[in-house]
Amino acid sequence: MNSPARLSARPVAELRQAQPAPSPLLHIQVLSKRFGERQILGDVSLSIQPGEIVSLVGASGCGKSTLLRIAAGLDKDFTGLVRCGGGRRPRGPHDIGVVFQEPRLFPWLSVAQNVAFAAGSPPLADARALALLDEVGLAAQARSLPKQLSGGQAQRAAIARALYTEPRVLLLDEPFSAVDAFTRMKLQDLLADVARRHGVTLLLVTHDIEEAVLLGDRVVVLGTAARGIVSEVDVPLPRPRERRDADLAALRTQVLDALHAAHAL
Amino acid sequence: MAAEPQALAAVPVAPLRPTLARLPRRGLGLLLPALLLAGIEIAVRAGWVNGHLLPAPSDVLQALLGLGSADVAGHVLASSLRVALGFVGGALLALAVGTLVGLSRTAEALLDPSFQALRAIPSLAWVPLLLLWLGIDEAPKITLIAIGAFFPVYMGTLSGIRDVDRKLVELARLYGLSGATLARRVLLPAAAPAVLNGLRNGLSLAWMFMVAAELIAATRGLGYLLTDGRELGRADLVFAAILLLATLGKVSDSLMRRWEEHALAWRDSLGSTP
Repeated sequence: MNSPARLSARPVAELRQAQPAPSPLLHIQVLSKRFGERQILGDVSLSIQPGEIVSLVGASGCGKSTLLRIAAGLDKDFTGLVRCGGGRRPRGPHDIGVVFQEPRLFPWLSVAQNVAFAAGSPPLADARALALLDEVGLAAQARSLPKQLSGGQAQRAAIARALYTEPRVLLLDEPFSAVDAFTRMKLQDLLADVARRHGVTLLLVTHDIEEAVLLGDRVVVLGTAARGIVSEVDVPLPRPRERRDADLAALRTQVLDALHAAHAL
Repeated sequence: MAAEPQALAAVPVAPLRPTLARLPRRGLGLLLPALLLAGIEIAVRAGWVNGHLLPAPSDVLQALLGLGSADVAGHVLASSLRVALGFVGGALLALAVGTLVGLSRTAEALLDPSFQALRAIPSLAWVPLLLLWLGIDEAPKITLIAIGAFFPVYMGTLSGIRDVDRKLVELARLYGLSGATLARRVLLPAAAPAVLNGLRNGLSLAWMFMVAAELIAATRGLGYLLTDGRELGRADLVFAAILLLATLGKVSDSLMRRWEEHALAWRDSLGSTP
């Protein structure tokens, strides 16, 4: 059913020559990021094309979450640059939406008010918020308080909120790591679905290799000890993807090998 | 053996509990005062204690009625109005200052030590100073009550803002919120549990400071009634004033508590309903 996948893992330098990027929607170049004495990130260059879904994996402590925070503008203490779109300097919620590991819903606002938070104060549960809640399967919970939601539902609401401002790029920091396996699968399918429907560009930080391959057009492996991006794996599989697909499994092995190689270096 | 399930079913659903536990919880708090009052009444009527020093509850009630409803209402209204004005003034100032100090380390370093020192001053110590500065009208009384209300609200606001989840603040910053907007939309709502607790403590302290204010120079109010009773040697009047103070304090605290429960319904804690 699936066309035979072209599996490829190339060193970054080669990649740059092979693909002269047209004009990336998001370009992150971190020369150095330190926490005190310790250098976390060094010489990372990541360009993401419009509509692309990039999964960022790496051993824990390699700085992948830090890289995402830099991209989101939450961490400004680094040397390098982040460009979004035409290089407009002030990045706002219309450029970038963020989904964190925790839902981070405001507990005193209803679910719909949380989604419409960007609309102003008091946030009115407008048509767009309700449509987004419907899209993530939370139409019935619009008036509920966050404490009444399950972990998975709360994360759905967080995704709806991130999409409310119609950002061009959605950054996700291990968004499904705190939910059970079954809920995680449903949320992964949901994310693939809304990303396609909204044509939003995704940068997904994850430690789940299967998730990285399932959702990404490309899996980027970040090395430890500030070595930058050590490997990239293209995922040229058609969507919607099937978890039991043999090609997917082969790519997962490839990413794992790349991770091991990065660790062994 | 076969008859046993039937025998079990015949047992009433409500188990045999002590009568006390079956009373409505709400009314349970009245039990102790009622017993105490009845005991005093009996002791005085039996001549075991001197009714001039510890008046019988019926005499206290009679003293209240003897004052006339217009008079009692006048005292209650005068005191309540002072408490209301002082409390609102002190609480609003404390909210503003507490937010500022909570947000800025510089403001904290500058202001907090002084506030902690001022907080330690007993209410009565302020009285002579306020009388010298502000005369004997309403101004010193309301100012004293405001001082009493200020510190609990200040402490509550400060600790509430300090304890706001950093992750929520970070999210708000993603939406470009900062300064006053951040305080209004995120910090104060998140700090609301501590703030409301501070407001409740502030209100009860406002009542206490009100008595201190009225003991000195007043022609109306419950503090005045206390002084009057002492000067006339009328313990029944003193008890009548104490009774009114207790009632007013309890009623205002209950109202505050109801507001608190309503405003904090979003909390996911043991005390809140799911």
